[in-house]
Amino acid sequence: MATSARTVWVFPFSQLLTHLVLLAGAFCMLYPLLWMIGSSFKPDSEIFTDLSPIPRSLDLTNYIRGWVLGTGTSFTTFYFNSFVVCAGAIIGNLLSCSLAAYAFARIRFRLRGMWFAVMLGTLMLPFHVTVVPQYIIFNTLGWTNTFLPLVVPKFFAVDAFFIFLMVQFIRGIPIELEQAAMVDGCNRFQIFTKIILPLLGPALVTTTIFTFIWTYNDFFSQLLYLSTENHYTVSLGLRLFLDASGQSAWGPMFAMTTLSLVPVILVFAFFQRRLVEGIATTGLKG
Amino acid sequence: MAIGHSSESPAATGVSPSRAGTRLTRTRKPLSDNAYGYLFLSPWLVGLLVFLAGPTLVSLYLSFTDFNLLQPPKWVGAQNYITLFTRDPRYLKALRVTFTYVFTAAPLNLIFALLLALLLNSKIRGISFYRAVYYVPSLLGGSVAIAILWQQIFGLDGVVSQILGFFGVHGTSWVSSPKQALWTLVILHVWQFGSAMIIFLAGLKQIPAELYEAATIDGAGKVRRFWFITLPMLTPVIFFNLVLQIINSFQAFTPAFIISGGKGGPLDSTLFYTLYVYIQGFTNFRMGYASAMGWILLIIIGVFTALAFLSSKYWVHYDDAR
Repeated sequence: MATSARTVWVFPFSQLLTHLVLLAGAFCMLYPLLWMIGSSFKPDSEIFTDLSPIPRSLDLTNYIRGWVLGTGTSFTTFYFNSFVVCAGAIIGNLLSCSLAAYAFARIRFRLRGMWFAVMLGTLMLPFHVTVVPQYIIFNTLGWTNTFLPLVVPKFFAVDAFFIFLMVQFIRGIPIELEQAAMVDGCNRFQIFTKIILPLLGPALVTTTIFTFIWTYNDFFSQLLYLSTENHYTVSLGLRLFLDASGQSAWGPMFAMTTLSLVPVILVFAFFQRRLVEGIATTGLKG
Repeated sequence: MAIGHSSESPAATGVSPSRAGTRLTRTRKPLSDNAYGYLFLSPWLVGLLVFLAGPTLVSLYLSFTDFNLLQPPKWVGAQNYITLFTRDPRYLKALRVTFTYVFTAAPLNLIFALLLALLLNSKIRGISFYRAVYYVPSLLGGSVAIAILWQQIFGLDGVVSQILGFFGVHGTSWVSSPKQALWTLVILHVWQFGSAMIIFLAGLKQIPAELYEAATIDGAGKVRRFWFITLPMLTPVIFFNLVLQIINSFQAFTPAFIISGGKGGPLDSTLFYTLYVYIQGFTNFRMGYASAMGWILLIIIGVFTALAFLSSKYWVHYDDAR
């Protein structure tokens, strides 16, 4: 049926073969995830003896046991913290990157070309070069063990990827709209807020999604700056779980790792098209 | 020229543009483009100075000092660099581990990405399903959760050992074997080929169909069409992906940290460069030493990116250069 009237010239067996290869590949790709999800419903004794990802019963005990850690802190705290950090990072990126992008895309100012090159150059800058001085700054300000080091830099457009993404997008907006607004007496700020921002919607959505995923998955800077459990994010909470109950509570651990992937998978499910476009046009890493 | 002076005035004039407009004979530009440009750019400029360029230079200075965050930095000249290359076997090990990782994981990732993109580029049913399935791992792969999962899959009783057991290979725990631990991380990276695949797919869609039609009429088979049309036309995208892969995989951190419990073991076999920077800088608080490592990493990444760019004119085919 795959070879209906629309593709008469396709040799049916070649498509069948492609499908078989693709399905086998898909199974290999998904197996680790399915095994983890399945294990999150199994009792500890079954996890490493049963290769099948399908559990015998849908038992939620692991989820209940895993939610609160032995130290008393629960994943409620970790999720709350993660979402606070993500929200801050998203707002920061949206504001600061759109401002910079508008300047790069539309305003002719001195040394624009040079600054643009510098901006692209920062894409290459490894985090480990800047991390020590950044740590000194935040330590001096007394900001360690707060969310500020994770959020404040985003208000200064340090993620050049998003500037680049928005520059590309703004260049596609017809300039006549702005020229008309200028004739009507709008200044640059009014043009930015009344014309560019509303039309920038898709790029803002892409920025939001990627900022969320990166911040949510981030581990290094959270490890560096957050030191007490009540400030831990999901990433740090999972690591704490691994260290604390490590070798004894597989079921609850798989329950918590499975749960921790849900937000990203939900974002993917709702915004798949945006994600794919974002990657295809700018090469944002997933 | 008047940046300094005018960067303050927009707050005054910008608030009430209508009044400013009526006062004079309708000035269309109350503020020069120059001033507006730098005004819009100011958050980024501050960020560049405070969080990126500034720290990069400060860390260059720190790399020539002894600094532990408590006492002021003490100038030691090139001592950190000399120690790194002559008296720190762990550093050399970290370099070796990282290079092995980058030069196996990155090419394998691209090969899988290209193969799958070619398969998915045909008119086939369920393409969005396949694309989603192959892409999802690269969204999740960098997380702590997946690193923990990997540790279990390749552990002593893990799935991999069990499956190999069926074939009579009675394995050990991969993650605790110095010979194999790094390869579990390579596999983890290759598993995330989805985002490169998406970029390849976008590139494949850009290749004009006329080229294929013309080649087919001239009697070129599938293989020849691949070598003489698809591959040359795709070289800019391959190049782009290659640079991205180099930059990203040199900086891998989370999986090595989680799988080795933050130590880079067993026997330093997963001591990624970034992990060693972390250990020296933030466990031992040798921040000058860690800065020296950071700068060497910057130079390494710079050199490889430059090499990719310089070599590109020999193998990257741009449409307009024909």
